Amino acid sequence: MFQFIFRRLSLVIPTFIGITLLTFTLIRLIPGDPIEVMAGERGVSAERHAELSAQLGFDKPLYVQYFHYVTGVLQGDLGNSLITREPVMKEFLTLFPATIELALCAAIFAILIGLPAGILAAVKRGTVIDHSVMTFSLTGYSMPIFWWALLLMLVFSVNLGWTPVSGRIDVVYWIEDVTGFMLIDSLLSDEAGAFSSAVAHLILPSIVLGTIPMAVIARMTRSSMLEVLSEDYIRTARAKGIAPWRVIVIHALRNALIPVITVIGLQVGILLSGAILTETVFAWPGIGKWLIESIGRRDYPVVQGGILIVACIIIVVNLLVDITYGIVNPRIRHSR
Amino acid sequence: MKTGLAKITLALMAAGAISTSAHAATTLVYCSEGSPEGFNPAFYTAGTTFDATSKNMFNRLVEFKLGTTETEPGLAESYEVSSDGLEYTFHLRKGVKFHTSKDFTPTRDFNADDVIFTFDRQGNKDNPYHAVSGGSYEYFTGMGMDTLIKEMVKVDDYTVKFILTKPEAPFIANLAMDFASIFSKEQADFYMKKGTPEKLDIDPVATGPFQKVQYQKDSLIRYTAFEDYWKGKAQIDRLVFSITPDASVRYAKLKAGECDVMPYPNPADLKQMEADPNINLMSQEGLNVGYLAFNTQKEPFTDVRVRQALSLATDKSAIIDAVFQGAGKSAKNPIPPTMWSYNNNVVDYPYDPVKAKKLLAEAGYPDGFSTNIWAMPVQRPYNPNARRMAEIMQEDWSKIGVKAEIVSYEWGEYLNRSKNGEHDTVLLGWTGDNGDPDNFLYVLLGCDAVGGANRAQWCNEEFNNLLLKAKQTSDKAERTKEYEEAQVVFKREAPWITVAHSVVYEPIRKEVKGYKIDPLGGHYFYNVSK
Repeated sequence: MFQFIFRRLSLVIPTFIGITLLTFTLIRLIPGDPIEVMAGERGVSAERHAELSAQLGFDKPLYVQYFHYVTGVLQGDLGNSLITREPVMKEFLTLFPATIELALCAAIFAILIGLPAGILAAVKRGTVIDHSVMTFSLTGYSMPIFWWALLLMLVFSVNLGWTPVSGRIDVVYWIEDVTGFMLIDSLLSDEAGAFSSAVAHLILPSIVLGTIPMAVIARMTRSSMLEVLSEDYIRTARAKGIAPWRVIVIHALRNALIPVITVIGLQVGILLSGAILTETVFAWPGIGKWLIESIGRRDYPVVQGGILIVACIIIVVNLLVDITYGIVNPRIRHSR
Repeated sequence: MKTGLAKITLALMAAGAISTSAHAATTLVYCSEGSPEGFNPAFYTAGTTFDATSKNMFNRLVEFKLGTTETEPGLAESYEVSSDGLEYTFHLRKGVKFHTSKDFTPTRDFNADDVIFTFDRQGNKDNPYHAVSGGSYEYFTGMGMDTLIKEMVKVDDYTVKFILTKPEAPFIANLAMDFASIFSKEQADFYMKKGTPEKLDIDPVATGPFQKVQYQKDSLIRYTAFEDYWKGKAQIDRLVFSITPDASVRYAKLKAGECDVMPYPNPADLKQMEADPNINLMSQEGLNVGYLAFNTQKEPFTDVRVRQALSLATDKSAIIDAVFQGAGKSAKNPIPPTMWSYNNNVVDYPYDPVKAKKLLAEAGYPDGFSTNIWAMPVQRPYNPNARRMAEIMQEDWSKIGVKAEIVSYEWGEYLNRSKNGEHDTVLLGWTGDNGDPDNFLYVLLGCDAVGGANRAQWCNEEFNNLLLKAKQTSDKAERTKEYEEAQVVFKREAPWITVAHSVVYEPIRKEVKGYKIDPLGGHYFYNVSK
């Protein structure tokens, strides 16, 4: 097992170098000078431009800049944002809890609905249930997120008034930032009703963000279950007279879960890397919106640093998925 | 079941009663469009940052009278200008208190040291605070203050004298700008002593109507009304900026009562807003201009007849309808009508393709010529859709034989290349900084700005001399006369096609009283009640 994890980890180093090089080059390949963008219509004089370039280190050759960047990264310093002048790491840490909170709620929603729906569709193959589950999941999968979010918002928040429109908590609650997780912080505060307000603010964004993963999980579970259910040992189990639910849950599901876990892992990785559209619509202060804005502003340090961290998160999540395989299916662990 | 429900309802009502008494303080929620770049307005140029800082937290020596572009006394009760226009003496207000922050409690009132510190930090490279937090003061240098202020003299605790290198009438308007927001020198010294000077820019204490309590990036900013504000405490107790980047969502929040005031609505939503009984849709002409600049140093635009011909060939009313969807007003002068010295007697070029063709033939281009129109890649207040605007112009010009190709670059690239004059014609615009006509005319069309913000690369002696003369006198009546004359010269020479001034819309909830649209584009909440 340890050897397995070690082998996986050793692959991380070249990946890491590749990512730093790629982000560093790509953001600089996009035309546009951060100083000009900052100055806008007013513009800056040539002397001032040179002065600012020197201040930000843009006057040095690219390989020197890259070297500086990588040395910084290795010492845990991702640089400072060109716009806010705050350390990239600090900005990331303030925004990341909001992303985690939303990603986890969305993932829970997606799994709680997607998994049972997929199982049900497989077991009731060819019936109305199967067809409706598949229709719903296909619709969910192809849903334009922006539109879907605005639709839910208009119906449930504006017309029915059941859920709040956007944000993380009602503005009447003055919650201190302790952990950055609003669910926890609102519990820690002694303000009555803060926690339920935080929960209410999570409902729509979680549904919107969880819709595509839910559809993916449902479809994957269904096809994987169908495959397993047609195996010989399932027939044998049935022939032995084992209760049908036992065959499905104990015998079939465990084996069917392996590809499903991969899919869930990939989806959670994507969710954690920030959801640009959902975060923008629901004014959710997460990292997706942060990265997109910094690309627009050519805020090089934030783009480089942010993408690097997000890539690391995906690597870690994938690693965890690989390890989970080993737990679910001993054959994978032993075969390597 | 019924009793259970009744119990719950009662409990909820009780909770409601408690929470209303606990939150009896009136809170105004402003759904702002983005996070501020930081909390020191001197570093930045974005309106979003100014709304969150200078407009509501800070004061300046002179301020803009709300709803106008005129200045009124702020932290300076009065000022005198010497007859040569080189010395400005400010008499400061007494008894002005600074906010208190978590780390710092001020021990003294505002005085001359604070004024000198604020400007010395920005202009003097030897000031220990100059380089703190990156130390670039874009507006201070952009407005030429670094070369303009020769010296500042503290006459006594409540009198400061600014000595200038040359007479510059817009100086007072500049002092009302956001970068001139007054900081506390005592707080600066306090942080310097502790070895954390950068904290001054994160958590500054100021003298304005609201003090910052909490900021959560991309989420919200909370302020409380400052009890000891020198003009008297604001009528609302709490002010919250709920950061909401998407305009449709801001509108949804406004409808649901989650915010009271929202900026920058989608033009498509305006009709619905107007019909909503809970919403008061306010509007005002913005202090901006969208234009097309001819590169007057390139053939054939060196010839004034060609510029006039293309001005005659452009149908502005079609642009106002298609691009601004009605939320714009056709422009004839380079300055907007809300600005003093706007010359209403100037007659614009009418849409007249026949006359245009004739003029073009006179200039030696009977069959037209080929050129390009640069269209901005971004949406700006003065031009919501440059691509569409360029297409309409392209079609209009083709009717007199001028074939124009539409060109666009990434925004930074676009600004840079057009500064260098690589274009034939370029679409751009301007939003005023300080309400002074000089801030449009000289900044965008003066000879000094060629190779910079003067995208027409246009240097006209007659026009430029009028502007220089107007800079040197502080007599407003005289300046008005000169600017009015300059606008006549401008129209005759046609270095630009002045396209439009956009209209600014601000929907607010009906219960919000006393809110005024700021022609300079800021959002102030001191006078607001609910």
